[in-house]
Amino acid sequence: MSTLFGVSTQALFGQLLLGLINGSFYAMLSLGLAVIFGMLNVINFTHGAQFMMGAFVAWMILNWFGLPYWAALVIAPIVIAAVGIVLERLFLRRLYHLDHLYGLLLTFGIAIIIEGLFRYQFGSSGQAYDNPIPGGQNLGFMFLPYYRGWVVAVSLAVCLGTWYVIERTKLGSYLRAATENPALVQAFGINVPRMIMLTYGFGVGLAALAGVLAAPMQNVSALMGTNLIVVVFAVVVIGGMGSIMGSIVTGFALGIVEGFTKVFYPEASNSVIFVIMAIVLLIKPAGLFGTAR
Amino acid sequence: MQRYVIPIILIALALVAPAVVYPVFLMKALCFALFALAFNLLIGYVGLLSFGHAAFFGGAAYITAHTVKVLGWSPELGILAGVLAATAMGVVIGALAIRRQGIYFAMITLALSQMVYFYALQAKFTHGEDGIQAVPRLPMFGFIHIHNDLTLYYVVLAIFLFGFWIVYRTIHSPFGQVLKAIRENEPRAISLGYNVERYKLLAFVLSTALAGLAGATKSIVFQLASLTDVQWQMSGEVVLMTLVGGLGTVFGPVVGAFVVVTMQTYLAEYGEWVQVIQGVIFVIVVLLFRRGIVGEILALWRRQRPAPAVAPAPAE
Repeated sequence: MSTLFGVSTQALFGQLLLGLINGSFYAMLSLGLAVIFGMLNVINFTHGAQFMMGAFVAWMILNWFGLPYWAALVIAPIVIAAVGIVLERLFLRRLYHLDHLYGLLLTFGIAIIIEGLFRYQFGSSGQAYDNPIPGGQNLGFMFLPYYRGWVVAVSLAVCLGTWYVIERTKLGSYLRAATENPALVQAFGINVPRMIMLTYGFGVGLAALAGVLAAPMQNVSALMGTNLIVVVFAVVVIGGMGSIMGSIVTGFALGIVEGFTKVFYPEASNSVIFVIMAIVLLIKPAGLFGTAR
Repeated sequence: MQRYVIPIILIALALVAPAVVYPVFLMKALCFALFALAFNLLIGYVGLLSFGHAAFFGGAAYITAHTVKVLGWSPELGILAGVLAATAMGVVIGALAIRRQGIYFAMITLALSQMVYFYALQAKFTHGEDGIQAVPRLPMFGFIHIHNDLTLYYVVLAIFLFGFWIVYRTIHSPFGQVLKAIRENEPRAISLGYNVERYKLLAFVLSTALAGLAGATKSIVFQLASLTDVQWQMSGEVVLMTLVGGLGTVFGPVVGAFVVVTMQTYLAEYGEWVQVIQGVIFVIVVLLFRRGIVGEILALWRRQRPAPAVAPAPAE
């Protein structure tokens, strides 16, 4: 068996792929957080719960309605985005004029309500979700399960698509303008409150899509979102929320770093991202792609 | 004289309370009240929302439990060790976190406290899921026999009053005035020549030391330090207590802690619903009663008496 840095290439690239998968989730979730923060000035603590609900909706429509994974991939983000839009209209909207911290506290409260309800209904242990694309391909240096390749591809496509829409289209230019100066954009006759609402729906939908992608790889459980969201917060601090591409690059890069750490120093794999966050805070407090604000 | 009336009544009530209420419940509430006071020192008077205070509460609980149970230290030394550990953690985490403000500060403290949680999960001396159980209640200072719940209650009350006094002195000192200035307008405080970072760090460390005192005392009372103490849910609970009682009020955190602990005690049998109800309270308070219980009462009081000659226990 061939080796690299004293580790078998199978193990090395296997962990690298796992890191890339984690990175896909970090990228999609931190992208959603960044987009929402840009428009709403709210850090969406509910993001992890919405990720978890995305996975659960996929599980429900498979087990209760018999609809396959591919349907869930479309339906779950729409359902969760709709729920998110209701949340925005009913609650979040009332807090925009206050300190940002209240938005964080409100979404934290909503997150623990959702998590508590799902734990009550489904328990803490997970529900299995069958892999829709079983099998894989031996590439010589590593074995590539098809589904993992699919997750990375979808995530990359979605992230780059989002970047393209925001940075390169007319709609995106409205969005960026409204982020900078909502009052002025509204004066030009653009319905900013509706844009804010749809932005929240979109960010939340991204979280739900990530949840559906995660469902076949890990047990669908009520607790799957909360631990992830704390790591994603660290990712957001490292990248800074100022740049869309920054969130994407930071997310993938940190996933890969985490994968490498699992190979060479597994004890630190849980905390490596937090350590990197501490270092970034010392060297460049605004974050790698951030601007001080 | 009038300003001493309310504190004296409250202390008298606290002294006779164990005749009516189960002492262990009172001790739990007092520990959390101290924890909430420490947290409120940051959010209420410096405007910094720490979402990682469980790290100091739980970290101190582990150190105290370990030194008392394994090393056989006396409780007062164990508590001191816990407080020192929390203070040291506070210096490191605080120095990193104060480099950012607002929402980032909350996320950084949350992330760093999660690191402490992972450490507690993996380290040998914390015993993973079991935690450090059956911490002995050795005599304090060699002669206070705290294995008796009632005796321990008075010790906990003394610790709580000591913590309360420190917080009260802090917010009514020139140092506290500078903290409030930073909360209200940080750029102006900087332009007035205050070294804002140093003030923030000192406030942060003070807060973590007191949170550590609360956690250390808790581990003696319950003879237990476990992962629950360092989890982010615990950080969320102290936010909830302070919010319910009233951010930036002197008595708010105490009232909030008693309300939340009472609720947890009565609803304990409903399991997951406790979490759901706490979430609902969070949402209701944030949307409708941002001033909290004490804050609302004070606002009502001020509306009825526009200019009181002697303000009883000023809010800030």
